[in-house]
Amino acid sequence: MDIALIVVFVLAAFVGMEVISKVPATLHTPLMSGSNAISGITIVGALVVAGMVGTPWAKWLGFAALVMATVNVVGGFLVTDRMLQMFKKKDRKLPAAKPDVVSTDGATREAVKV
Amino acid sequence: MKETLITLAYLVAASLFIIGLKRLSSPMTARGGNQLAAGGMLLAVIATLFMQQILSPIEMVAGLVVGGAIGTWLARTVEMTKMPELVAAFNGFGGGASALVAAAEVARYAEWNIDPVASMQAMASLQPLPTDAAVVLEPFTGLTAFTVALSVLIGAVTFSGSFVAFGKLSGKISGNPVSFPGLRLLSIVIGLGVIAATVWVVMGAADFAVIKDPVVWGLTALAALALVLGILLVVPIGGADMPVVVALLNSYSGLAASAAGFVLGNYALIISGALVGASGLILTRIMCDAMNRSLANVLLGGFGGSSSTGDGGPAVSTEGLTVRETTPDDAAILMSYAQKVIIVPGYGLAVAQAQHQVREMADLLQSEGVEVKYAIHPVAGRMPGHMNVLLAEANVPYDQLFDMDDVNADFETTDVALVVGANDVVNPAARTDPSSPIHGMPILNVDKSQNVIVLKRSMRPGYAGVDNMLFYADNTQMLFGDAKDSISEVISELKALQS
Repeated sequence: MDIALIVVFVLAAFVGMEVISKVPATLHTPLMSGSNAISGITIVGALVVAGMVGTPWAKWLGFAALVMATVNVVGGFLVTDRMLQMFKKKDRKLPAAKPDVVSTDGATREAVKV
Repeated sequence: MKETLITLAYLVAASLFIIGLKRLSSPMTARGGNQLAAGGMLLAVIATLFMQQILSPIEMVAGLVVGGAIGTWLARTVEMTKMPELVAAFNGFGGGASALVAAAEVARYAEWNIDPVASMQAMASLQPLPTDAAVVLEPFTGLTAFTVALSVLIGAVTFSGSFVAFGKLSGKISGNPVSFPGLRLLSIVIGLGVIAATVWVVMGAADFAVIKDPVVWGLTALAALALVLGILLVVPIGGADMPVVVALLNSYSGLAASAAGFVLGNYALIISGALVGASGLILTRIMCDAMNRSLANVLLGGFGGSSSTGDGGPAVSTEGLTVRETTPDDAAILMSYAQKVIIVPGYGLAVAQAQHQVREMADLLQSEGVEVKYAIHPVAGRMPGHMNVLLAEANVPYDQLFDMDDVNADFETTDVALVVGANDVVNPAARTDPSSPIHGMPILNVDKSQNVIVLKRSMRPGYAGVDNMLFYADNTQMLFGDAKDSISEVISELKALQS
C-alpha cells in the first residue's frame, strides 16, 4: 500500500467537509441519498474483483458485491433525482386552477404519487 | 498507459462528484448536481468495464442488470414518507458491497492456496496480462491484511446496522430503544473480539501471494463479530434519535468504500468514500447539535431508556392541570382571521401522511391574505431534512420553509402556531426547566405566539417521555385526532367560510 493513498484520503476528506458544510437544511435528505449513491463507487471495486479471476468463491463474492453496489448506485441517484424535482420555488398562482392534487379524499393521493 | 487512462477517468469522475455535491447546496442547482454526479459514476463504471481485463463479462452484465433493476424499482415505487428507511437500506447495500469486495479480494488469494487446480488455471489466465497492475497479485502483506480487516469491519457494521435501522424506521421491528442488562458489556466484549480477530488476520498474513487458513478463519470471525456489533450499535437507539443514526451510517458507508479502496489501491474509491464519510459526519454533528447532545450520548441510548424508567419525573407536575380542547370549526375560524400562521410539522405529519392536506389548508389561508410560514426543526421526523422532502412532495415552495434559527423570532408576532404531530421539539421545558431531560435542546418557541393549536392523537408524551407543558398552557388548544382527518375538516370549514 502506498502512502499516496492516505494523502489522497485525507485531502479528499477536507474537500468533502468544505463542500458539504454549505448545504442548507432543506436539502439534507437529498444530500444524504445523493452522497450515499456516490459511496456506491464500490461498484468499481466490485467490477474489478468480480471480473478478474475465475475462482468460484471470489466470483460469487464479487457478484454479490456488484449487485449490492449497483442497487446502491442506481437506486440512490434515481431517488435523489425524484426528490429534487419536487423542490420548487414559489412560481405558481395560488388560488387559480388547482390540480386534483389538492383534493382531500384519500384516493387522489394515490394519483399524486409518481 | 492503460492504467494511466483509467486513473484519469477516475479523476474526472471524482471531480464530477465534488462539483455535483457543491451544486447540491442550492435547490436551484441541486438536480443538475445530482445528475452530474450520476454521470461521473457512469464514467467510472464504463472506464472500468472497457479498460480493465474483465474475464467474465456475463457475470458483470448480469450483476449490473439485476442490481440496476432492483435499484430502479425501489427508487420509483417508494413513497416519500418511506424515504428514511430507503436511505437506510441503500446505506446497508453500500456497506455490504464494500465488505464483500474486500472479502472477494482475499478469496482470490485464498483459492490459490486451497485448490491447486483452480490456482493453476487462474495463473494460466493471468499470463497474457502481466502489465495490468490490478491483476498481478502483489504480496499479501500484513498491511494489506489490515486494510482488508478494516474494510470488512466497517462494511459489515454498516450493513447490519443499516438494516436494523431500516427495520426500526419501517416499523418491522420496534422503534423503541431496546436495552438489556449487559448490553454495554456485550458490546465491549465483541469490540475486543474484533481487535483480536484483526490481530489474528494481520499476523497470519505473509509476504507472499498465498493465504494461510488462519487469515480466512480470522476474517470470517471478524465479519460475524462486526455484523453483531452493527446490530448492537443501532438496537438501543430510539425512533427520534434516528436522524443521527441514519447520518452516521451514511458516513460509515463512505468510509467502507474508502477502506475497500485501500485494499484495491483504487483512487476512485478512496476519494469518493472520503467525500461521503465527511458529509455524513457533518450531518451527524448538525443533528447532535440540534438536540444539544453529544454523539456518545445518542449512541449509548441516553433517552427513552433512562429518563422514562427512572423517577426523573418533571419538576412541574401536570396534575390538576387541564387541557383546552378545540374543534376543527373553531380552529378554522381562528386561523382565517389571523394575520400570520406558522405551521410546525413533526413526525406525526409523516405518520398521518397529511402533507397534501396541510398544503391545501395553507393555500386556502393564503388566498384569504393570511401569511403562512412553515417552521422546520432540524431533527423533526426520522432523518435530516425529512419534513422538507414531504412538504416538497406536496408542492410547498421551499421558500416558505424556514429553519429554526430564522423563524424563532417570528413566533412573538404570530397569531396562530399550528403544531402538526411535533412534540419534544416544541416543549418549552427545554428552555425553562433545568431538571427536564431535554433541557438545553434548541426548540421552536411556539409557546410565544398568541394562540397555539396542537394536532395530536392523544396526550401521550413524546419520544423523550417528557410531559409537555405547552399542552396545558393558557394559549394552547388541542385538536385531538388523526392529523389528516383533522386538517381535512378544517379545510372544509375554511371553504364554507369563504363561500
